[in-house]
Amino acid sequence: MSLRILAVDDSASMRQMVAFTLQSAGFEVTEAEDGQVALNLAQKEKFKLVLADVNMPNMDGLTLVKNLRTLPDYKFTPLLMLTTESTPEKKAEGKAAGATGWLVKPFNPEQLIATIRKVLG
Amino acid sequence: MSLDLSRFHQTFFEESFEGLDTMESALLRLDPASVDAETINTIFRAAHSIKGGGGTFGFTAVSAFTHLLETLLDQMRSGSRPVTGELVNLLLSSVDAVRELLNAARDGRPANLELIAGHQTALEQALANKPSSSAPAPAEVNPGTTSAPAATRGWRIRFAPQAGLFRSGNDPLRILRELASLGSLSAEAQLPEGLSLAEAQPEDSHASWNLELLSSASEAAVREAFAWVEDECELQIAPLPAAEARPALTLIQGGKTEAARDETPTPPRARSGQDRRSAGESTGSIRVPTDKIDVLINLVGELVITQAMLAQTGANLDPVVNERLLTALAQLDRNTRALQESVMGIRMLPMDFVFSRFPRLVHDLAGKLGKKVRLETFGADTELDKSVIEKIADPLTHLVRNALDHGIETGAERLAAGKPEEGVISLRASHRGGSIVIEIADDGRGLSRERILAKARSQGLEAPDSLSDAEVHQLIFAPGFSTAEVVTDVSGRGVGMDVVKKNILALNGQVDLASRPGQGTRVSIRLPLTLAILDGMSVAVGEEVFIVPLAAVVESLQAHPEDVKTIGHSARVVRVRNEMVPLMALHELVGLEPSAANDRNLCILIESEGRKLALGVDDLLGQQQVVVKNLESNYRRVPNMSGATILGDGRVALILDAGELVRRLQPAVAA
Repeated sequence: MSLRILAVDDSASMRQMVAFTLQSAGFEVTEAEDGQVALNLAQKEKFKLVLADVNMPNMDGLTLVKNLRTLPDYKFTPLLMLTTESTPEKKAEGKAAGATGWLVKPFNPEQLIATIRKVLG
Repeated sequence: MSLDLSRFHQTFFEESFEGLDTMESALLRLDPASVDAETINTIFRAAHSIKGGGGTFGFTAVSAFTHLLETLLDQMRSGSRPVTGELVNLLLSSVDAVRELLNAARDGRPANLELIAGHQTALEQALANKPSSSAPAPAEVNPGTTSAPAATRGWRIRFAPQAGLFRSGNDPLRILRELASLGSLSAEAQLPEGLSLAEAQPEDSHASWNLELLSSASEAAVREAFAWVEDECELQIAPLPAAEARPALTLIQGGKTEAARDETPTPPRARSGQDRRSAGESTGSIRVPTDKIDVLINLVGELVITQAMLAQTGANLDPVVNERLLTALAQLDRNTRALQESVMGIRMLPMDFVFSRFPRLVHDLAGKLGKKVRLETFGADTELDKSVIEKIADPLTHLVRNALDHGIETGAERLAAGKPEEGVISLRASHRGGSIVIEIADDGRGLSRERILAKARSQGLEAPDSLSDAEVHQLIFAPGFSTAEVVTDVSGRGVGMDVVKKNILALNGQVDLASRPGQGTRVSIRLPLTLAILDGMSVAVGEEVFIVPLAAVVESLQAHPEDVKTIGHSARVVRVRNEMVPLMALHELVGLEPSAANDRNLCILIESEGRKLALGVDDLLGQQQVVVKNLESNYRRVPNMSGATILGDGRVALILDAGELVRRLQPAVAA
């Protein structure tokens, strides 16, 4: 069984690239263009991991994480932020929202795969 | 594995050009006079995406230039840089520069560097020109890492995650795996002493680890494995001393680990402070709209009532047959109380909320009046319900103004009276039982009994010489009363004290005033800590139950028939320890038939506004906390009643308004 990951980014190129990177490593990827879309998808299907941008229209990544954490299915799911914003303040905000960890853009595809493999065990 | 990212370039260019169009139209919409936050956000997000994509896909010129734009926009977004027409123009021309950079990158030609350099300089100047309050955060601060000295064979790590670790989606095993990939790892897991599996919360992380990592990896690399959890754990990393490493994975339960724990080297203390720094910064508090809290408080009120109903039902059950139910009910009782207290606690604010406005006020007023005054505050951290604090602010302000204006004398007068030139006004807040007492005291001239009496008579108030000092002092709370000979623009025309009193009574509070000529005046205000709950004494009249606010109750007594006297036509008094107190039968007041048992002369002695009143009741049922329901908003105003509550058996009981009852008495009767 392959593992399904939800990739959330308002930038289509970034989304496609993340999806391509993860698919090439054998994961299945569903894409969402903002937090609201992601939340709707997550309510219908339990993803093994969510990889989300922070700055997005409609619902930003931190709000998405906060909302996901209230769903029983996502209580313990790894929720990773993938973003250019890496200030300690932003990271602390992410932590407070319930984010598992922080990946900084621009990222190296090989490193992304390695990290996600570690997280998913 | 190497991934070719060029297939995404087309999408990146398309969305970036779209983003530039969005930025442009939003910038043109941006009106420096009235800045719309969402418009700036839109512009920021577009720039942010272009920068991120530029970096990821290797268009470094694009991301470097957009970074400057983004920094400017972030300052505008956070409000640290004002939006000006000039700035908007600069941003607009920068959009053109980014477009040129993107076009060049797409077409694989060198960009027009002259154009770019000009814009870049302008942006850098703008950024340098006005330092923002929030300087862009420096790159991740590396917590002074030391690489393992050559002599060290690795690291000894103490890792104790907090209970909530799993709830951020983190897994200690992931970290252990990561460490294991750095070298040879031995781990010893510990469970807290005395932890029984039955009690353990399955969603909490209970274990902690002592780890030994044989590796040449630097401390930074080791620390990196903990990067996501550093503020969710206790982490100590120390170089491994030259000793035999312990192999294998051991799980040790409870007390057996003492020895192992002692071996753990004391870590450098400075570390843990650093590890936790960001946690403290992030979530000390959250902002919640007050109406959400009001809903919560109302629900807790309903819960308290339901709980009381259950308790009453349970009291009639056979304790042997229903043992388990009754135990659960008792637990529900405790939990409800605890919940109620915590929820009430959410709305509590320190008195400092009000006190903090006075230093400035006293300073300004004293200057205006040419007096020297020092303000002292005590108990500023005493907490009070937010709704009460908001309503007490104005009365307190009035009292402080009065003290300054009428109480404290001028420097010359004070010196002549043998007092220090500087007057003192003190504000004091403290908890007493279920109430808060706020005192406003001054060391001024005090109230003059003669002047108050004279003034009262001149205003047509009934003021016989026989009035006690307390009653005389109460006169200044009468509407329109003012003893100041000259009306000042500081404390006005004396229209305030009656309003002050009305406001405080409306809060179920009491005002008392003590004053000594030449020594000063002290006003004490006693208020309930919250308006949502009231400590009451329940009394029976006929078939009905009424609640008397406990704050107003002095005592309950059974009067001897010979102590009850009738004066005039119908007014009755009761002798309470040689004091004649007006007696009012509650059943007459509320128009009910007394029960047959009403021959015991049971009375409740209440006191409000310095006056006492005995209420004749059929029976005393007991003390209880009741949840106050507003009558006016749910029904209509009822004379002599301040509210209603729902009793444990589901019946509605009215809450007596002690102040209003006392005010029904004629002053002559009270005397």
